[in-house]
Amino acid sequence: MTVKSIEVRGVSKAYGGVIANREISLEVEEGSITGLIGPNGSGKTTLFNSIVGYHPIDEGEILFEGQPIQKLKVQKIARLGLLRTFQQTRIYSKMNCVDNMLISIPHRTAGWRDMLTPYSADDLDRAKNLLEFVGLYEKRNLISGELSFGQQKLLEFAMALMNRPKVLLLDEPTAGINPTLINGLIDRLLLANSEFGITLFVIEHNMRVIMNLAEKVYCLAHGELLAAGPPNEIQNDQRVIDAYLGAH
Amino acid sequence: MRRDKTPPWVLVALLLAGIAAPFLFPAYILQIAILWIMVMFAVTWDIMGGQMGYNSLGNITFFGVGMYITGLVQVGLFTDIGPYTSARGGEQLVLNHADYFYGLLLGLAAASVGCAILAVLIGQTMFGLRGAYFAIGTLGIALSARELFGTWEWVGGGSGIALPVYPGYPDEKSQIFYWLCFVLAILAFMFVRWLYSTRFGLAINAIRDDEDKAEAMGIHTNRHKSFAWSVSAFFLGISGGLFGNMTGFVEPAEVAFPVVTFGIFMVAMSLLGGKGTLWGPVIGAVLFHVVKETTWTYFLGWQWIALGVIIIVNVVFFQQGIMGWLIMKFPERFGIAVDRSGSRDGGAQ
Repeated sequence: MTVKSIEVRGVSKAYGGVIANREISLEVEEGSITGLIGPNGSGKTTLFNSIVGYHPIDEGEILFEGQPIQKLKVQKIARLGLLRTFQQTRIYSKMNCVDNMLISIPHRTAGWRDMLTPYSADDLDRAKNLLEFVGLYEKRNLISGELSFGQQKLLEFAMALMNRPKVLLLDEPTAGINPTLINGLIDRLLLANSEFGITLFVIEHNMRVIMNLAEKVYCLAHGELLAAGPPNEIQNDQRVIDAYLGAH
Repeated sequence: MRRDKTPPWVLVALLLAGIAAPFLFPAYILQIAILWIMVMFAVTWDIMGGQMGYNSLGNITFFGVGMYITGLVQVGLFTDIGPYTSARGGEQLVLNHADYFYGLLLGLAAASVGCAILAVLIGQTMFGLRGAYFAIGTLGIALSARELFGTWEWVGGGSGIALPVYPGYPDEKSQIFYWLCFVLAILAFMFVRWLYSTRFGLAINAIRDDEDKAEAMGIHTNRHKSFAWSVSAFFLGISGGLFGNMTGFVEPAEVAFPVVTFGIFMVAMSLLGGKGTLWGPVIGAVLFHVVKETTWTYFLGWQWIALGVIIIVNVVFFQQGIMGWLIMKFPERFGIAVDRSGSRDGGAQ
């Protein structure tokens, strides 16, 4: 039996009268790469926000490694090892890249005393290695806010890896990235999954990316789960095509 | 990691200047003592305002509360506070040396710890506010503290409390308090300098840059915010106790809670020197205090205008402050540069 990393059971979320998610149920298997697609405004980011505890959900249950997390706060969930990146890239823009990496070390077991200790040589080494991994080593002493958008996105990805998450929720990791860099990013995402053993759950619009990446894809439309299956099936599913082309 | 790379001779020179100052300019000893308090004000304000991005206009609360705690301990150890204050300054405690310093040191200890705890408590109500709302909220705290102490008869209400008389010559008193202020400023600076080299330093910078991101990455934001403010409050509490004793009299409006003078000065000094840097607040405090004292002495009547001009020019044209401008102008000198030496392993990419 495969182990479930994330289980979403019948989750609904409305903003006032707008129903962003309606009774969504899905599963992310441990060690897998799972995709989440859907037209703009179909509720993908809302679902991500619900999973990481950014807002309370109206109905349903969310389990992380079998443990209900829908009542936990953002920081608690992050410390369990369930991390997300943002669609609008978020980094600490006035700090240099190395500092951005160092502050992203796991805070799972951080006590009061840890707050007042310096970073270890190991932390610094890992920070530099991961910056090398995403190709930002030469720029490590630059203020991160001055990097290009694509580089900021790579930095955010490296910061997420620095945190040693068990599961990483990526909100459009390739949006706004130069097409030639996208291949490199796909390779790195695959490596993060295979080498670091991180389960990935990815929102993505770029079909080529999702086809290369995901083993299983969920499709949302109008806040409801429309289809689920392997990428090539989803790609040819008439309902999915209609949703994207606006036949609904 | 931002370990301070200031050459040691700068620190030593500053230390020597502080030690020599009262001997070189004995007539200005109190002004220089207050300069050290100003340095401490700016350095501790910058922990929250500069490094953490929480612009507090209420830090003066801890100065005032610290002053009252010190005073009440000093008086309460030797007499009943209620009858003493209801005599409306008609009596003043006269103590011997040993009793005086015992009361003073105990008072300062109580003030520092008391203010640090108070900061944690007030923080729980204030840390939900961000940006300008935090500034307004904390200003409200300072103003209500002033009103509260002004109407609290037991501590003397609006007419205040006279502190015990210093048991010695006035010159000796100036000397003693000069050294106490000097040591306090040095301790505050060295403590903060060390603090910024730990994980705490980066964590509060992260809160400044993007608090939502910091939360999403699992940082204990509330813990860091509470600690940051209680460090400020700890030192501010002691400074209040010292300042109250230098004045000899504690009264809410002008001495304990000078919201629009000291309360604003600490912000203005940090901005002038460059907030969010270690040395900025120090430079800003020295410059600001020297300009203030000079205009007070030579252009009396124009002093507020001069300070106003400094603040306006600073905020409108020179927001990054002196240190911020230097970092912008010479980024390489501050280690902000592309490393062209290639990849980690030395190989070309």
